[in-house]
Parts: sequence; structure tokens; C-alpha cells
Amino acid sequence: MKVSQSPWILHYDGSSCNGCDIEVLASMMPHFDVERFGVINTGNPKHADILLLTGSINAQTAPVVRQLYKQMPDPKVVMACGICACDGGIFKDCYNVMGGVDKFIPVDIYVPGCAVRPEALIEGVKKAIAILDEKKEKMKIAMKQGYCTVDYGRLAVHTTAEDYDAQVQSDAEPTEETEETAGEEKAQ
Amino acid sequence: MAVSIVVRVILYILLAPIIGGLLEGLDRKIAARMQGRQGPPITQPFYDLYKLFNKQTIVVNSIQVLFIVAYLIFTIFTGSLFFGGGDLLLIVFSLSMSEVMLVLAAYSVNGPYSAMGAQRELLQMMCYEPMMLLLAIGFYVSQGSFMVNDLIRVSRPAVIALPGMLIGFAFVLIIKLRKSPFDLSTSHHAHQEMVKGLTTDISGRDMGLVELAEWYDTVMMMGFTGMFFVTANPLSYIGAVAACLAVFFLLILIDNTHPRVKAMRMFGLSWLVILVCAGTNLLILNLVK
Ligand code: SF4
Repeated sequence: MKVSQSPWILHYDGSSCNGCDIEVLASMMPHFDVERFGVINTGNPKHADILLLTGSINAQTAPVVRQLYKQMPDPKVVMACGICACDGGIFKDCYNVMGGVDKFIPVDIYVPGCAVRPEALIEGVKKAIAILDEKKEKMKIAMKQGYCTVDYGRLAVHTTAEDYDAQVQSDAEPTEETEETAGEEKAQ
Repeated sequence: MAVSIVVRVILYILLAPIIGGLLEGLDRKIAARMQGRQGPPITQPFYDLYKLFNKQTIVVNSIQVLFIVAYLIFTIFTGSLFFGGGDLLLIVFSLSMSEVMLVLAAYSVNGPYSAMGAQRELLQMMCYEPMMLLLAIGFYVSQGSFMVNDLIRVSRPAVIALPGMLIGFAFVLIIKLRKSPFDLSTSHHAHQEMVKGLTTDISGRDMGLVELAEWYDTVMMMGFTGMFFVTANPLSYIGAVAACLAVFFLLILIDNTHPRVKAMRMFGLSWLVILVCAGTNLLILNLVK
């Protein structure tokens, strides 16, 4: 038995046009039925394994996304669905849009498309659950070796010391200061 | 005699998780088919349980773990009492005890959703507890004993004397097993006004324990249903199992065709059904005596 046989999904809409959300729901419907793979659309981060994000991230949803990610127990996988979630998409130049999901939390799977097609979503979920298994194995090893498995302050899973890289945006600790500078840069 | 009790209790402790898990798998499969979907494999709940035990457990308040373990233990204890042939009244009270443990676990985390779920669970308890008590009294009046051991050794199935009780019990079963119109405190489906209420802050291994306790609970409730049909004749057990499956199917059907109702509606409805069905049944039973 693998963890991957029961991936529970938490769906959050960063600030999408709702096109992707409708496709996400469509993949739960009879025609595509992702529940075949044991997927459940939970509404609760503490039960979720996969964080499925649609839409770009703006100043108001950034802290929410971060909090949702923090609240999810390990092992967890983040899926950015739709081109907006991947890098901002057509809303990239809006004054309030801060960019794709990977500016705030580490993303494991990028599912492109505008709107993302249910077939692509299912493919993404299948890939995500493969990563879920991998992460579980990593977690087991790290626990055996006696590491602190998760570094919540840095919002990323570090199983070994070499894992941590401050250069990677998602590993960098986001503070109010950095966010302000990012906003100012954007305004200019 | 004493040996057979031990065997029955051990059988319950070992088999109930398997039967309960399969019942839940069946529930999800049939529900999916009702919606025109293929649905997950019937063994899906076991995958879920395995997954939950392998996840990181986030404990909000350490007392929470104690309450959850107590919930599981009390549920198993109640079921063991029942399948061991114990006192029906004791079973009803220890059943409420186990529920109270879960409610306390939800209250202890101090989260708004958990607290809301816990309050609603208390309301749900208020709806089905009277029926459980009436059930025990009904069995006593009709068969002259509170002991489950005596109740399953009768010559006529209890349902002949207690048809109203069966209807009332099947009704509160929806509330007890948290099926759709009355899944106020916690729900298996997302996109409700409050999704995971009671279990919002329970994760990983703890959530697995709660699921396990629910399976034990389901099997025990099916046992209650079967008790209406069981007699001294061993063949009656087949009828009892068939009746349990029929009731379970009815629960799934209702679960899938009814949206959640408000708490006060549930309250009024359940007490009405209990009064009309179970109350009248008890009254007639007393008059006939
Ligand atoms: S990717 Fe396209 S459909 Fe999806 S949220 Fe962005 S604009 Fe809408």
C-alpha cells in the first residue's frame, strides 16, 4: 500500500478568473471522476495531501496561501494549476498581482493551460501522488537519522542540511520588508 | 458461557474494523454509482486509514490525543458490551460517554470550527439519545430483560412487537452516523457551509483513530438493527444481516438525495419521529400487556 492511493486535495483559488476552478470541479464530476483514484476534495488543510492552487497570487491571498501550506501535515505536494498559478498568466501585469504561486510556496507540479483541461489535471494529480510517495520515503529516512524533519519557519521541507538553499525563492523567508520591496519594484 | 462471551468480544474487536471499513467502501461505491460515477475501489477506506497513520500528526493541544484515544476505547468498550451480551442500559450510557469524549477532543483545541462542530454534535446527541433510551425500555417491556444475551434468545423476532421502534431507530441512525440531511457536526463531503466541524483540528494518526472508532460504531449500530430480527433460531441471523444491509442501503439513498438541514429542523423532526413512532409503540405495548 502506498500513501498515493489516497490523495486528499485542498483546492484554493488565489485570484483566478474562475475558469480553472470550474475545470477542477469538472474533473470531480461523473465524466472524469477523479475519486476513482481515491481523491477526495476536502475543505480542510489539516486533512489534505495535495494543495491545488488556481489563479495568480495577489497581496491579499498571499498570506492565506502561505498559511494553508503551513497548516498541511507532511508529506504534502503543491500543484499550480493553470497558467495564472504557474507564473501570473494574463493577469501578470495587473497592479495587484504579485505573480505565480512559486513566489510564495514551493511548487512541485506545474499544470499549464488556460483554462487547464481536466485531462491535464488528472495527469498532474497522478504525477503529484508519485512525488507524495517519494516525499514520504524521504521523511522516513530523515526521521531515522534523527533530523528535525520539517522546518516550518522556512516554509519548505528540508530533509537534510544541504536541502536548504536561500537562493531559491520559496526557501527564502518572506518578511513584510521583502514583500514591500517586491511591491515597490512592481509599481515602478 | 463465559468462554463464548470472550470469543464474541475478541471476534468483534478483530472483525469490526474490517467489516466497518468495507461498509464505508460500499457506501462510497454505491454513492458514486448513484451519481453516475465509477467511484473508488471498495477497499479505499483502508488505503485512507493507512495514509492517515503515515502522515504527520499535528497536535494542537496535547489533551486532545487523550480524548481521542478515550473515544476509541469507549467505542470499542461499548461494542464489546453489546456483542458480549451485556446490559442494554449500560451500553446506551457508555455510548454517550464515548461521544462526549469526541466532543471534548473538539472543544479542547479551542478553534472556532471545532467548537462549532462540537456544539452541533451535542445537539445531535440530544436528538438520538432519547431514542436509544426508549429502545432499551421498549426491549425491556416487550421481552422482559435488559440483557442482550436474553434478547437474542427469544422465540419471536422483536420487530413484531416493536415496528415503531425500528422506524424511529433507523431515523436516528442517520443522525448517529452523520449522514447527509443531519451531518451538521462533520461531513464527508466538501462544499457545505461547515465542512469538517468536529474533526477540523484532528489530523494524521489522530484522524485515523477517529475513523477507526467510527467503523466500530457503524458495526455496533448495525448490530442494534440486527437485534430486532434475531431469535433463538440460527437461521434468523441471515434475515438480520439482510435487514442490516437494507437499512444501510436506505441510509446511503437518503444521504445522497437530501441536503443538509438546519439544527432546529433536525431537532424538531427527530423528536417528532421518535414521539410518534417509538412513543406510540411503547404506549400500545403497555396497553396490550
Ligand atoms: S489560467 Fe486562464 S482560465 Fe485559469 S484562472 Fe488563469 S485566466 Fe482563468
